[in-house]
Amino acid sequence: MEDRPLEYDYTIAKLFMYSTIVLGIVGMLVGVILAWEMAFPAVNTMLGEGLAEYTNFSRLRPLHTDAVIFGFTLSGIWATWYYVGQRVLKVSMAESPFLMFLGKLHFTLYMVGVVLIVGSLLMGITTSKEYAEFEWPIDIAIVIIWVIWGMGLFGLIGIRREKSLYISIWYYIATFLGIAMLYIFNNLAIPTYFASDGIGAWYHSVSMYSGTNDAIVQWWYGHNAVAFGFTVPIVAMIYYFLPKESGQAVYSYKLSILSFWGLMFVYIWAGGHHLLFSTVPDWMQTMGSVFSIVLILPSWGSAINMLLTMKGEWQQVAESPLIKFMILASTFYLFSTLEGPIQAIKSVNALAHFTDWIVGHVHDGVLGWVAFMIMAALFHMAPRVFKRKIYSKSLMNTQFWIQTLGVILYFTSMWIAGITQGMMWRAHDEFGNLAYSFIDTVTVLHPYYTIRAVGGTLYLVGMFIFAYNMFKTMTSSERVDESELQNATPMGA
Amino acid sequence: MFHWLEKNPFFFAVAVFLTIAFAGLVEILPNFAQQSQPTVGTKPYSTLELAGRHVYIKNSCNACHSQLVRPFKAETDRYGHYSMSGEYAYDRPFLWGSKRTGPDLMRVGNYRTTDWHENHMKDPAGVVPGSIMPAYRWMFTNLADIDTAYAEQITVKNVFAVPYNKPLPMKDGSKEVVKLADSLSGAHASALAEAKLVVADMNDKNVKEMVNNGQIPEIVAIIAYMNSLK
Ligand code: HEC
Ligand code: HEM
Repeated sequence: MEDRPLEYDYTIAKLFMYSTIVLGIVGMLVGVILAWEMAFPAVNTMLGEGLAEYTNFSRLRPLHTDAVIFGFTLSGIWATWYYVGQRVLKVSMAESPFLMFLGKLHFTLYMVGVVLIVGSLLMGITTSKEYAEFEWPIDIAIVIIWVIWGMGLFGLIGIRREKSLYISIWYYIATFLGIAMLYIFNNLAIPTYFASDGIGAWYHSVSMYSGTNDAIVQWWYGHNAVAFGFTVPIVAMIYYFLPKESGQAVYSYKLSILSFWGLMFVYIWAGGHHLLFSTVPDWMQTMGSVFSIVLILPSWGSAINMLLTMKGEWQQVAESPLIKFMILASTFYLFSTLEGPIQAIKSVNALAHFTDWIVGHVHDGVLGWVAFMIMAALFHMAPRVFKRKIYSKSLMNTQFWIQTLGVILYFTSMWIAGITQGMMWRAHDEFGNLAYSFIDTVTVLHPYYTIRAVGGTLYLVGMFIFAYNMFKTMTSSERVDESELQNATPMGA
Repeated sequence: MFHWLEKNPFFFAVAVFLTIAFAGLVEILPNFAQQSQPTVGTKPYSTLELAGRHVYIKNSCNACHSQLVRPFKAETDRYGHYSMSGEYAYDRPFLWGSKRTGPDLMRVGNYRTTDWHENHMKDPAGVVPGSIMPAYRWMFTNLADIDTAYAEQITVKNVFAVPYNKPLPMKDGSKEVVKLADSLSGAHASALAEAKLVVADMNDKNVKEMVNNGQIPEIVAIIAYMNSLK
């Protein structure tokens, strides 16, 4: 995976770096607004009664999830793909005008998609399915964008010089295939306008599946959107960036093979853990529960492989904020892939499902693992792409600690909130009556919602620091020479 | 073998695809073979109810409310009988939700009334002090989309054979028919007739006047939908 003097072309990578930063801030800003709305409902009408339809919790929640998933995370995945792909395949985008064209088309259509999505979600045009809220016209656009990326991906692989595919490439390929399969099947729907000879809204559709079947397909998708959006491509990143930045070889090649194929095989089965105690068949629930436990193995395989890559070089963690980001990311990955399986145990799930503990779990994963890794990747890429030092190492350190504190406040408050809520829902008094009315279980959460909102706000502050540092790095930081860019990323004070 | 795959992207991709598709096939196909049968007492949505369901979706009520009663004593005590698969036979999409910031609504029609909903949707914290549910005042002026609801009814009737205009068995042994109008204007007329029944129990002057003038605000539709949840 070592470079040789070949001029890589980062035009497309740059574009996706910009969108990662902008959409990250937008998505997390909306998350912070949601968090304050849950703590203080008056925030729902912050822009006045007239705009409350668009600023209240229910319109903004899908916007948050989709902006951070399909905006921030996906941009990050693509920014790194257009960087890592060339380098490990030893071929430049500039060698193929066709691939360059596809890349530009990819970004342009993606931007159009983003605008359509934001607009339609604010208007309340949604199918209600989590992370698949878009109506059929946008679904079609998404499939086209995805296919264009796929053509670029396999196109670049097709003209590669390095014959053997590096580990990261395995994971990018899996991301492409996994999401394609899941997305298409989950979104199958019939446009009602055409099926009724032109009545009603033209964009409206009705799901191909009903009730329990619809739920099965949705969570087969929902769970694996996490797998192929938040796990697989992020592992792709860490397999490239951590060894590169630290100058250490990946600890074990065998372990990476085992974790890769293990993850591919096991992940899909685990979807049933979203539907425990529901009306889906029992055997499917049991499979979901059991395979979630098995999933610990391949997940920890990758995480441990990464941590051990640092063997004997731990002083780098203290020295480099960039390594800090990545090591904390692997640690959070280790941790949330243990937490998830615990929540999938039936008796634990009976308590945890529907509570804030799940939200806590989601966010220790996405804030601690996904977002940290994406930002680390961008930090590593920026000097190589813009030929300038990282503007400020001390800002990086500040950002790191502010955001770490933010994540900790977020998940600890949500654990306590979730378990409190779950216990109160099921509590009976000595006569066998329910001990609490529902509203008691809401008001008790106020302090935790406030703490979460503070934690989220800190994380967002960190995002702004990140954006500022990146902006300076791109525009006015000290220039660097190619020779300084071997391993550890050069940083200004 | 793995080394060989790593040098052959095409076969690598095929191997990955088969590995991930395998579980999907095994898990999903068997259940689809047995289409879920509606339970006795489950009926398709009327035009107004379906329009209300669309309002529910448009405002992501499912972001805070589940519609799935799990088989535990604490849940059946609070919400009523646990959910059964057949009860969802006409739900496209399903609305089980994944978070209970507010209570489950699967059977809310059994214990909340039209006027309660009216006050609650206008000012939740005024009705239930400490509530963190947003107020939905714009629903009192925005119009419900009856056309789209009707288009969806026709679609599900034609494509999925949803039994509109057919006698369906009810729990008390009787039969009931959910009528589907044969024209758009017919659908409007029947939705309006249903809206008038809902509005009879409401207080908002403006809403009453709109319905008198043949308009159906969103709030009337969503209340009709919530009343149907039993
Ligand atoms: C921010 C989360 C949130 C959203 C979004 C939300 N609710 Fe609520 N809802 C609550 C909370 C909390 C309660 C419990 C306190 C109360 O009754 O107001 C509640 C209670 C209710 C109740 C009373 C149920 C009972 O058993 O007492 C109904 C009915 C209801 N909501 C309907 C809706 C509808 C319809 C929507 C969408 C338009 C909606 N809610 C959106 C949080 C929410
Ligand atoms: C500043 C940072 C963030 C804050 C303050 C925040 C806040 C929130 C809030 C308040 C919710 C709603 C919880 C509920 O309904 O009870 C939520 C849901 C969610 N957020 Fe975030 N968020 C942040 C960042 C992110 C990021 C970076 C991602 C992903 C990359 C993400 C993914 C999600 C997902 C998937 C859900 C849905 C969870 C579920 O349904 O269980 N969030 N977030």
